[in-house]
Amino acid sequence: MGRGDLTRRELLAAGAGATFVLVTGCGGSPREEITAAKFPGGTSYDGPPLTLDFWNGFTGGDGPQMLTIIDAFTKEHPNVKVKMVTARWEDFYTKFPAAISSGKGPDVAVAHSDQLPINAAHGSIVPLDDLVADLGLSESDFAADVWQAGIYQDRRYGVPLDMHPLGMYVNTKVLKDAGLDPEDPPKDRASYEAALKKLKSKGIQGSWASPFLFTGGLQFQSLLWQFGGELVNVDGSRASWNEEPGVEALSWMKSLIDNGYSPENIGQDADNIAFKNGESAFMWNGAWGIGDYGATEGFEWSLTQLPQIGTEKAAWSGSHNLVVPRNNKPDADRMQAAKVFIDFVTQSPSWAEAGQVPARTSARESEAFKKLEAQSALAEEVPYVRFPPPVPGLADVRESTLDQAIAQALGGGVSVKEALDDSAKRANQLLKFNHEKYAA
Amino acid sequence: MNGSGTQLGVRRSTPWLFLAPYLVLFITFVAIPVVYGLWMSLHNWDQFLPEKPWVGLENYTQLFTPGSAKSAPFWSAMKATAIFTLFSVPLLVIIPLGIALLLNRRFPGRSFFRAVYFAPYVLGVAVVGILFRFMLDPNIGAFNYLLSKLGFAGDTPWTTALPWAWISLVGMTVWWTMGFNAVIYLAGLQDIDRQLYDAAEVDGASRWQRLRHVTVPGLRSVIVFVITVTLLASANMFGQAYLTTQGAPAEKTRTAIMFIAEEGFQDFHLGSAAAMSYVLALFLMALSAGVFFFFRDREEAR
Repeated sequence: MGRGDLTRRELLAAGAGATFVLVTGCGGSPREEITAAKFPGGTSYDGPPLTLDFWNGFTGGDGPQMLTIIDAFTKEHPNVKVKMVTARWEDFYTKFPAAISSGKGPDVAVAHSDQLPINAAHGSIVPLDDLVADLGLSESDFAADVWQAGIYQDRRYGVPLDMHPLGMYVNTKVLKDAGLDPEDPPKDRASYEAALKKLKSKGIQGSWASPFLFTGGLQFQSLLWQFGGELVNVDGSRASWNEEPGVEALSWMKSLIDNGYSPENIGQDADNIAFKNGESAFMWNGAWGIGDYGATEGFEWSLTQLPQIGTEKAAWSGSHNLVVPRNNKPDADRMQAAKVFIDFVTQSPSWAEAGQVPARTSARESEAFKKLEAQSALAEEVPYVRFPPPVPGLADVRESTLDQAIAQALGGGVSVKEALDDSAKRANQLLKFNHEKYAA
Repeated sequence: MNGSGTQLGVRRSTPWLFLAPYLVLFITFVAIPVVYGLWMSLHNWDQFLPEKPWVGLENYTQLFTPGSAKSAPFWSAMKATAIFTLFSVPLLVIIPLGIALLLNRRFPGRSFFRAVYFAPYVLGVAVVGILFRFMLDPNIGAFNYLLSKLGFAGDTPWTTALPWAWISLVGMTVWWTMGFNAVIYLAGLQDIDRQLYDAAEVDGASRWQRLRHVTVPGLRSVIVFVITVTLLASANMFGQAYLTTQGAPAEKTRTAIMFIAEEGFQDFHLGSAAAMSYVLALFLMALSAGVFFFFRDREEAR
């Protein structure tokens, strides 16, 4: 259990083994094996002692939190030990499928909801319909949208662990100094812009519009949904972010710069550091900010819902999901133990201490969770959080098209409409290509 | 004892045995991947899908079809690589030569300065990249802070707008790797016969003339080596842009290698990534051949 010295080396070894598969492409035929994988019934494990390999990207403050949950699990289930291996998420998603196809994958892992479709299409993870049936889980136990985000082509591939929506962090000291009431942060477009105007008169650029995915891209997606737009059309074959709502959303972000509420050409993470340094007042950031700001000594902040800039309430959200990787030689004992582990982890309210909002309603309504002030503020967004649609490869397409359009419009001298149209045009080709590739 | 026939025990197989270890490595890691990559580039190759449909030359033609989803970003990445190479190579060929000439003189603390100029090179690209990313950050970086303290404008977007991002990337690369080239030059300088300088001095050659007619010809093969190695290193630039600018603004500093890696390993389009690699490799081969041709010509003309 725990993260020993070996874990990094093991991950590297898995990566090296995977390189062979990467190059030779001989990973067997995933689809046949998937249909073969069946979970044994029941909700408990009393087979021989074993150690589960558990992979995820919890390299920050969330890692130790997960380890305490694993400790608690092992206390309750002494015959199941869990060995956790972490890698940065960026590396994780390239190594994970490679390790699985070379037969060196883990027994259970965590993946973001927007990465489920591509991993399902690649045959890297197995459907969990049996598993949730055995555990008696259903949509009513979860926030509806996060439950839906785990489904790809009518099959379930992930059990949601948490949600990490975008919220609005407030530098309360800056607000106080500017004569604004930090207890009553702006909730709509008019009050948000009024507050920014007032901050500007005190020499503070209150709301930085970052050209990077973190956090400008997430802000754009939230605004897109707020203005009634969507990233792609219903079947995921065409980009729709260049329609009217997208143009309004990005134009509003641009107006932050044009009105002097944000500097131009912001570096990656500079918006976050400036926020902590009191150079800005509002920060649209994910739930992971709770850990970051909480650890910053002497920093006075609060967390609230995103203001409603568009015509409806909406907030981007990601979600960590427990997944079961494909195994060429499925082992009923290990699968059963993984099922019990997944059930335990998703029920644990203590995961929220890492800054997350639990996906399971029972955990979210627990007393332990309600004591967490910042997380509970984010949980108020649950009725209207939005997840990217389950289109395989959409995250990659978005990154090479939309994310760049945002940067071009915010500082590259390209008009909002032109940047969005151009990126959508390229995205349509890539989406069509992916559609054909993964439909096969 | 070792009478007739083989001299010193050299058999026919001996050279092959000596070459074998490298040959094995070469075949495994160069020859096979080269052929295999070519095969890949003719398919729609997703390493995790069982079906890898044959697409012929489509992965190549899409790069040369204006308006296709792949051509614009690919050529933008090639352009980024070209810009970086164009500005970094001359600086990395000339500045280290000047440094080597200075460090080749006798003066107190010479060894110290030799170490100082070489020191950055021992740093990994991750260290250099992250160091500069924070020093050069437009809003919170130390560099702009110091500039503003000195009375200059402190709001230059060093990593987020052009041309500043290129100045930063070229500047940090020069700082980082010039020590390596300087050491190569220094070794070359120490190989030049002192008598040539003495003779030139007796003939009344000025310092410039000695540089022009003794040092530079004496270093010719070293210079060809430095240019070739620097050219390839610059054309393969990845880490600096990946860490410091993340390709920003938009994708303007995303180099060819960055784009190919994204295409192949993140977006799972290994076929088209392989095709792009071949196009890049052809460019680099032509460029290297050009360098050798240019210098060979001059040598024969002498």
